[in-house]
Amino acid sequence: MVILIALEMYKDSAESREMFGFGFIFSSEWNPVTEQFGALPFIFGTVVSSLLALLLSLPVSIGVAVFLSEIAPSSIRSPFSFLIEILAAIPSIIYGFWGIFVFAPFMRNTVQPFLQSYFGFLPFFQGVIYGTGLLTASIILAIMITPIITAVTRDVLKAIPVSQREAAYALGATKWEAIKMALLNAKSGILGGAVLGLGRAIGETMAVTMVIGNKAQIKASLFEPAYSMASVIANEFAEASGSLHISALIEVGLILFGVTFVINSLARLLIYSVTRNA
Amino acid sequence: MNKIVLLIFCLVLFASCGKNEKTEAPKTSQLNGAGATFPYPLYSKWFNEYAKINKDAKINYQSIGSGGGIKQITEGTVDFGATDSPMSDEEIKKANEKNNNSIIHIPTVIGSVVLTYNVPGLAKELNLTAETISGIFMGTIKKWNDPLIAKENPGVSLPDKDIIVCYRTDGSGTTYVFTDFLGKVSPDWKSKVGVAKDVKFPVGQGGKGNEGVTGLVKQLEYSIGYVELVYALQNKLQYALVKNSEGEFVKPSLDALTKAAEQSVAEMPDDLRLSITNAGGKGSYPISSYTYLLVYEKQKDAFKGKVLKEFLTWALSSGESYASELGYAPLPKAVIEKAMLKVNKIVVP
Repeated sequence: MVILIALEMYKDSAESREMFGFGFIFSSEWNPVTEQFGALPFIFGTVVSSLLALLLSLPVSIGVAVFLSEIAPSSIRSPFSFLIEILAAIPSIIYGFWGIFVFAPFMRNTVQPFLQSYFGFLPFFQGVIYGTGLLTASIILAIMITPIITAVTRDVLKAIPVSQREAAYALGATKWEAIKMALLNAKSGILGGAVLGLGRAIGETMAVTMVIGNKAQIKASLFEPAYSMASVIANEFAEASGSLHISALIEVGLILFGVTFVINSLARLLIYSVTRNA
Repeated sequence: MNKIVLLIFCLVLFASCGKNEKTEAPKTSQLNGAGATFPYPLYSKWFNEYAKINKDAKINYQSIGSGGGIKQITEGTVDFGATDSPMSDEEIKKANEKNNNSIIHIPTVIGSVVLTYNVPGLAKELNLTAETISGIFMGTIKKWNDPLIAKENPGVSLPDKDIIVCYRTDGSGTTYVFTDFLGKVSPDWKSKVGVAKDVKFPVGQGGKGNEGVTGLVKQLEYSIGYVELVYALQNKLQYALVKNSEGEFVKPSLDALTKAAEQSVAEMPDDLRLSITNAGGKGSYPISSYTYLLVYEKQKDAFKGKVLKEFLTWALSSGESYASELGYAPLPKAVIEKAMLKVNKIVVP
């Protein structure tokens, strides 16, 4: 199935591949009127927003999972897990609208001015404050992937035998030390959850489109609008008129495929090296 | 346990068989259309009302966008298409050759694009000219108190703030109409940005769909964007008066749209493909356009062709009266007559 899809996309993007060659990946010009197409801004947008989302989400997810499986009394445990799982079931368009009408104004009025006034010397927090943009998109993505990573981490932690914990306590370990032990044992599972979350973040379309700003550019500042690969396909495919335009969009899809593949392979390597050492 | 599963499986299979038969039987009499999203509310009202009069008429319309509508009618997968911007000569040639037929454009209503803005503390509505609009969207006019804007708005104290530009990021007829207007009035725009359903805007940020642009403009102070008039009316947005080719500042209204269409009836070519952006004449709003249904002249299916022809006749006569209540400008009489001539040309076997 996957191979068939990839083959079909490879075939349909022939026109654009012949026209632009490898320059397609490195060019940042995207102009449907002059039929100049380059995918670099989209690759940048997708990779940066997804990785940033993972970075933001991972500590929170692990924290919540530890709380749920190790610390929380059983009376809050199940309602709390239920609430978190509900988060995963919210359609992405809802996240998108919430993002644009509630979260983006909050970012613009509170979070971004704060970041700019205290960390404005960093290139990441400079420029005009729009509210929408790369940072906002990343945070929305982080919220979306947190339940996935949390659920996986929690289950992995649960799978660790109670006897091990008891052994840790028996040796005089504090609660914190016991948790640290459990986390160390669960790290391959946690990484797996992170990869799952990352995959979701890379492919996410609707919510990102609503808040990322949709401008094909590469800027150091996280406040600036950017664009992601999935978004450009969703936005332009229905109305793309020239065959070269369509072909270029399909090639973007192909690259998205490639990026996902590369990131997944890297993650697998990571998990492999981690588990081998353990 | 296994038996129960098998039983359920059989039941599901059986049920789905029954369903298939049911939906397939009347399919021959169902008309399928696809295309523009902008006139979708009106079209669905039309299909509903028409179904009450003509019991045989089951019309199904998918609002997948103008580009999609053109693609599908070219492929012959739908009975009619719909588009906001007329098909290009090349597209028509392709469709005609592929189906060995000739395609007809039938205008239905008039839509327009308004400039909506979010500038707190303005005494009255903004006046904008083609020059200032293209300057703002090209990034040469950067501040709200730019002398070019101030010149047209005497008595309004404009803030010394950066203009935040918001545009449609998905390909759309709205963008086409907007850039078509700017392309006509500004040579700079035509050569640097161009006229198309999606263009590369030099400044600003994009929202998806009318609702996305509305959301951005509502949230961002000192921003400006462009949306369909219907959308601005429904959401009670602030929008600007635009200077027409007569030098008047016109507030977009249904009347001003019909006026723009009336002024240009004489220029309408035989195939009815006409851009009415920057139309002359007193009281006409300059950023407006027809929206079209696309049908083939020689219908293949006798029954479908008959229903389609009757529906179009009804739409252009009684149907037009539903337009204003839904926020669309009805066609001027002269254009209805021209469109009716086209409908009468449709050949039903």
